[in-house]
Amino acid sequence: MTNDNNSVQEHIIEMNAVHKWYGSFHVLKDVNLQVSKGERIVICGPSGSGKSTAIRCINHLEEHQKGQIIVDGTELTGDLKHIEKIRQEVGMVFQHFNLFPHLTILENLVLAPIWVKKMPRKEAEEIGMNYLERVKIPEQAKKYPGQLSGGQQQRVAIARSLCMSPKVMLFDEPTSALDPEMISEVLDVMVELAEEGMTMICVTHEMGFAKKVANRVIFMDAGQIIEQNDPHEFFDNPQHERTQLFLSQIIQH
Amino acid sequence: MTVTTETKKYELGHHPDMAPPLTTTGLIGWLRTNLFSSYMNSVLTIFVLYLLYLYIPPLIEWLFIDAIWSGGSREACEVDGAGACWAFINSRFSQFMYGFYPKDLLWRPNTAGLLLIALMVPLFLKSFNYKWVLGGFILIIYPFIAFYLIHGGSFGLETVETNKWGGLMLTLILSGVGIVASLPIGIVLALGRRSEMPIVKSLSVVYIEFWRGVPLITVLFMSSVMLPLFLPDGSDFDKLLRAMIGIIMFQSAYMAEVVRGGLQAIPKGQYEAASALGLSYWKSMGFIVLPQALKLVIPGIVNTFIALFKDTTLVLIIGLFDLLAIIQQANSDSAWLGFDTEGYVFAASVFWVFCFSMSRYSIALEAKLHTGHKR
Repeated sequence: MTNDNNSVQEHIIEMNAVHKWYGSFHVLKDVNLQVSKGERIVICGPSGSGKSTAIRCINHLEEHQKGQIIVDGTELTGDLKHIEKIRQEVGMVFQHFNLFPHLTILENLVLAPIWVKKMPRKEAEEIGMNYLERVKIPEQAKKYPGQLSGGQQQRVAIARSLCMSPKVMLFDEPTSALDPEMISEVLDVMVELAEEGMTMICVTHEMGFAKKVANRVIFMDAGQIIEQNDPHEFFDNPQHERTQLFLSQIIQH
Repeated sequence: MTVTTETKKYELGHHPDMAPPLTTTGLIGWLRTNLFSSYMNSVLTIFVLYLLYLYIPPLIEWLFIDAIWSGGSREACEVDGAGACWAFINSRFSQFMYGFYPKDLLWRPNTAGLLLIALMVPLFLKSFNYKWVLGGFILIIYPFIAFYLIHGGSFGLETVETNKWGGLMLTLILSGVGIVASLPIGIVLALGRRSEMPIVKSLSVVYIEFWRGVPLITVLFMSSVMLPLFLPDGSDFDKLLRAMIGIIMFQSAYMAEVVRGGLQAIPKGQYEAASALGLSYWKSMGFIVLPQALKLVIPGIVNTFIALFKDTTLVLIIGLFDLLAIIQQANSDSAWLGFDTEGYVFAASVFWVFCFSMSRYSIALEAKLHTGHKR
């Protein structure tokens, strides 16, 4: 299946009427999301609203049961070939970093390029060092993840994803597990990435970040997309009462 | 008491480091915290010291000072006040090591053993770069070389049937093969048991639960007594080989459960991160999950290895003469009647040395593989 009905706008990600259940619990209810190339989207919403699940469906860490997900022209089905192709094009950064603790920082970065992309080790290491410089920690290359601070680990995790030169980056609450003084060093890296034109979907509660870089903010609740708008409209003039309630809760202090 | 000393004010960050109080460091400090920390502990310490005083000196006298080290028969040891009769072990030593292997051909197992040691040395050198190649050679090629050397049969080497193999050599062969084969089979079974494919999963579960549910003695009996009854005439295969297969099947089931424990301890995020990078199932298992899981369960794996090593003594019930069996057999020799204790002490020390080395090696390995704090 290729994208036949939307070739005009060239959406890199399409979610059409996606549904998902955990057992009998209906987590995603008719989620529709179109992402254009270079677009930066922030998804927010109360916990349990399905926002993480939604982006985890995009690289098939969770399986959707109904509807259609198309990433860069490839439809996500149970087909392993499609899944592996999509995963190479979609990078993901997790809340808990999920670096590989038994490998050094550089080994973390080069593992996938070498074994998935069949890149020669030397080239992969050059690219890896390059990205470590971009996230400003080249001096940590020989250390192990356990020896780094949370903020540094998360920057390594971003660099690790970038080493696969993905077309889309998914961020699943990248700053929620960090100490407050480390949040900005990670957000700075993400802002830079956004400025370079990377297509990004971020699940985050960092509203400052959303205002600064997002083209579109999406509010989810109870498995549904309730409201989406450009950041200024979204924050200044929320339409739905649940959005208003949510915003008042996270901004009041 | 110390309140009276004037407390001097220092600027923040300028307070000098001071030596700790004498009573918490050094010999006195150590004795105080470890042996005499309370009234009860002091009593226990003194009681244990008294027991050591009672038993250790006579034991050393028996083992070393009064022991008889050489002699051709029991008469040498029937001296007044004689301690342990090591002459018995001495005169039977070659049999304890090699069983009934022909004396003039002993160079063959010796060569195999020395070759193994020589091959292993580079594995412990830091600067050696081909550890994977050499390791693979030892695991895959070396067993054939060793088998050819010990068994012979072609290229001018006289055949030595496996029923002549025995002693420590047999113990090491059985446990070595058991250890080398049961770990990979165990890993595959553990992965199978966690597989999402129902057939693979149930086959693994049935295998593991079957072999874990039967005693090793039963397995050995079945392999040596029952199995030949079911096989067509003339297709009888080697008794040692049958015992070996039995041990491997049995231990791999235990190994599978140890490895599964490790697999379950790896956080889901590791699997997810590996998948998200596009690594396939086997690559993410091989590079991400198994290295961490196996490292976590090194104590359990070595525990199983040690159990396997000692369980090889059970082959004596099917008529194979491993170290323990051959010592028992020597005990009943009329020329050396009455020195069972020495035989068993010898067997126990040999087993202990091997098991203790495995244990120490595993501790060293754990320390070497430790990579900072685990989150």
